[in-house]
Amino acid sequence: MSPSKQDFILAVEGLTVSFDGFKAVNDLSLYLEPKEIRVIIGPNGAGKTTVLDLICGKTKATDGSIKFQGKELTKMSEHNIVRAGVGRKFQNPSIYEDLTVFENLEVSYPAGRSVIGALAFKRDAAVIEAVEEVAETIFLTDMLHQEAALLSHGQKQWLEIGMLLIQKPDLLMLDEPVAGMSVAERKKTAELLRVITENHTVLVIEHDMQFVGDIADRVTVMHQGKVLSEGSIDHVKQDPKVIEVYLGH
Amino acid sequence: MKANLFIEWLKSREGIYYVLLALLLVVVFPLALDSFRLNMVGKYLTYAFAAMGLVLCWGRSGILSLGQGIFFGLGGYCMAMFLKLEASSPENTAIQSTPGIPDFMDWNQLTALPWFWEPFHSFSFTLIAVLAVPALLAFIIAVAMFKRRVGGVYFAIITQAIAAILTILIIGQQGFTGGVNGITDLRTLMGWDIRTDEAKTLLYFVCVGMLFVCLIVGAWVMRSKLGRILLAMRDQEDRVRFSGYDVASFKIFVFCLAAMFAGVGGAMFTLQVGFMSPSFVGIVPSIEMVILCAVGGRNSLLGAIYGALIVNAAKTFFSESFPELWLYGLGVLFIAVVLAFPDGLAGLYRRYVMPLESKLPAILRRGNAEAQTLPVEEAK
Ligand SMILES: Nc1ncnc2c1ncn2[C@@H]1O[C@H](COP(=O)(O)OP(=O)(O)O)[C@@H](O)[C@H]1O
Ligand SMILES: [Mg+2]
Repeated sequence: MSPSKQDFILAVEGLTVSFDGFKAVNDLSLYLEPKEIRVIIGPNGAGKTTVLDLICGKTKATDGSIKFQGKELTKMSEHNIVRAGVGRKFQNPSIYEDLTVFENLEVSYPAGRSVIGALAFKRDAAVIEAVEEVAETIFLTDMLHQEAALLSHGQKQWLEIGMLLIQKPDLLMLDEPVAGMSVAERKKTAELLRVITENHTVLVIEHDMQFVGDIADRVTVMHQGKVLSEGSIDHVKQDPKVIEVYLGH
Repeated sequence: MKANLFIEWLKSREGIYYVLLALLLVVVFPLALDSFRLNMVGKYLTYAFAAMGLVLCWGRSGILSLGQGIFFGLGGYCMAMFLKLEASSPENTAIQSTPGIPDFMDWNQLTALPWFWEPFHSFSFTLIAVLAVPALLAFIIAVAMFKRRVGGVYFAIITQAIAAILTILIIGQQGFTGGVNGITDLRTLMGWDIRTDEAKTLLYFVCVGMLFVCLIVGAWVMRSKLGRILLAMRDQEDRVRFSGYDVASFKIFVFCLAAMFAGVGGAMFTLQVGFMSPSFVGIVPSIEMVILCAVGGRNSLLGAIYGALIVNAAKTFFSESFPELWLYGLGVLFIAVVLAFPDGLAGLYRRYVMPLESKLPAILRRGNAEAQTLPVEEAK
């Protein structure tokens, strides 16, 4: 028996989005259990990024529902989805290059999110402690007071992950976090993700099968906006449908 | 303790810049210039209010408004309405067919004061209106645009269109607004004649005082977390949005603040120049304000003030000597600034003069660690 609806932290059902008639995501369903690491794989253009866009509210669904901890996300504004506990990392590192690493993390710290709150915000001990703690997790303790523009590509990816961590989201969505990283950086990122997943539910899009095998609890394979296969990494690797469209070319 | 911190701040690099500006405006200009020229500097400074607003809204937040003249004009008109009512007492206007209303209304066959003029009998209402009227219009524009995610060039064009519409409206509604001539022949402020040299000198100091109030408010906003959010928003709007911020509300706030700054500038303009007309509301003054800000350095509040002084002084000089060349000169200046020094005078100063500062006495070197474009949190 599958678990009842209440056991899922995220339940996506019948999700569809149509861009001028082209269904980038088509009747997709996806269920995540708390503390699960789910990896979405699939060929380019399969609709993976669009799924994250739909969950975080960047794109509005044409049809279907997204329930997160009992809340219907499809009707909420982006910032309220974030405040409900959904953090999302973009495919290209998006950090604030003109601010220091410290300030990047501080701006992401979940206090002073209204206009008045931001004006009254004080950099108190709790903030500094939270920033330093996250900086250590993302290997950037020594760079705290550097301008973020000076970081390497891999460090920028970590910084953006850190900017999510400091918000303490319940669900963390990462879009190709190791793309463009060196082998050493990939290793460290895998280590970072293992730390993160101790107390977060994580939804990752990734291409690197080695990396996927390292981190995933379950894998969802997408193709043309639909779920092609789902299960353990070994299960999907042996699925003939998957071999045909994705792995076997 | 507080006083010590203040003295420490004054000795920091930033503090010294403020002190130097204050010396220039409060001591050097009043000593060096006659009352006529000083009044002109005061007039230039009124544009600095609008330019400082643009630093917050354009330089810091990436919202280019080509319509700051709207808010400058509204602030100026609010003040002009109060002064005009005072100048139109029944005794002063006894020869009109309807005494007690402004002369231009009488010429336009109005027989009673329009309802929206009535509250401007009160000086306190006027002072509030100078801030509230620009802020209210800015709020309406900002909510309509930013909630719909209209930004960038579209927003700039819309603000420009509104500036054009407002000018046409003011010119067209002659009986209510004084039309193309504007509101002229302003005389006294609560019985105090503002046309004398002494009054103009005093008003110059009031203007400088207000300028510093706006400067300090602007600097405080820039160094708060809100200031960093604005900068983050300019560079990565989506990242800010998906960090749990309602981006539109921050844009609305900064646009309203910029409008209030411009409104104060407009009111100071009316007081010092003695009239207000649609030619300070429309597209040309609005673009001039952007140029002042760009020349001074769109990321620097102090830069905006120097930009306003220098460009306006150049304008006076050129339009006295070669009036037909000024607009071309302004265009060339703008292109040069945008292409060659995008950070304006403040950027040039940072690149070429700051390195020399290390040769100055120790007191000037104290703040070196903080020398950069971004605010650093004060030590607690
Ligand atoms: N906003 C959009 N408008 C139109 N088409 C889009 C939009 N976003 C994505 N698409 C299309 O949807 C498809 C899926 O894109 P995407 O989700 O980015 O794929 P993936 O991340 O799996 O490579 C692509 O064909 C893309 O061109
Ligand atoms: Mg993608």
